[in-house]
Amino acid sequence: MLLIACPNCGSRDETEFHYGGQAHVAYPENPNELNDKEWAHFLFYRDNPKGIFAERWLHSTGCRQWFNMLRDTVTYDIQAIYPMGTPRPDLTVRAAPESGTASTAADSTTTGNAAPSISGTSTTAPKGATK
Amino acid sequence: MANTAALTGINGLRDIRRSPASHLAPALEAGSVPGKVVLNEGPFQTMAGIRVDPRSEEGARIAAVTGGLPARCGDVTGTDSISVLWLGPSEFMAVAPEQAHDSLGGNFIGSLVEALGEAPGQVVDLSANRTTFELSGPRARAVLEKGCALDLHPRSFTAGTALATEVGNIPVVLQKTGEESYRLFPRASFADFLGRWLLDAMREYASPEVP
Repeated sequence: MLLIACPNCGSRDETEFHYGGQAHVAYPENPNELNDKEWAHFLFYRDNPKGIFAERWLHSTGCRQWFNMLRDTVTYDIQAIYPMGTPRPDLTVRAAPESGTASTAADSTTTGNAAPSISGTSTTAPKGATK
Repeated sequence: MANTAALTGINGLRDIRRSPASHLAPALEAGSVPGKVVLNEGPFQTMAGIRVDPRSEEGARIAAVTGGLPARCGDVTGTDSISVLWLGPSEFMAVAPEQAHDSLGGNFIGSLVEALGEAPGQVVDLSANRTTFELSGPRARAVLEKGCALDLHPRSFTAGTALATEVGNIPVVLQKTGEESYRLFPRASFADFLGRWLLDAMREYASPEVP
């Protein structure tokens, strides 16, 4: 079970959320100029990375708001949660302390762009977290 | 409980109306354990779904009618009889007693519609959308904890707050009205299941406690 820190509601169980697929897939500037192949690529072709993946989530049982998430598809580590419409945060800046022994806990419930602090396998549970 | 004697009439429909968990009423009474945990249905409350930007002018007008709009997740505002629950950044649920409904001589929905006016947003009469379960007693938290992943300990879930979540896999709005009393707002079609689920969760407290 993933513990997802909704930007509005704080940490909630994964069952309260719905997955929305890859984030940052922009609608074509001029859809009429696309040929069938390009259109099919826009509609159906998505990245399938091993590692960090930017994806959309909907807190469907709670505040019913969409948000973006950077998740590691191998370890399920949630690296960042940020609002819709904002660019993908750069994780390379944070990569250095990631290799250290410990990182300080960040309050990820209120600010949209602050990533939950995740070191090793432990997940920091903010205020109002599930048990 | 509403004074039903004053609510007669309304084209004769009031008599044949039944609440989503009315068929469970005998079971709720039999399953309640006075002094430990008591469950009953508080049917037919007036509810309005409000969607409005709380920082806007129309949001201020609606806040004047309801006694404020909650600012963040968990907040509940309102007056003695009205409570406004936070469902989303611009989505709220206003709950008022049955008598406040426009069909019974009240003016709750009408005044909200009037406050919104032509401004962007919506006010919808959702009185039939959800029913209300009232769960109270020293064991009420233990009952809820069997099917709710939230931290319900008083240090984090205080009286006077409400959260949209799942109880027994049913999406509900869970409001804590007092130290040992809760209100659950499931949608009407889930009322039967949730009522029976709660009764099952309450059953162990009817037996003597094993030390």
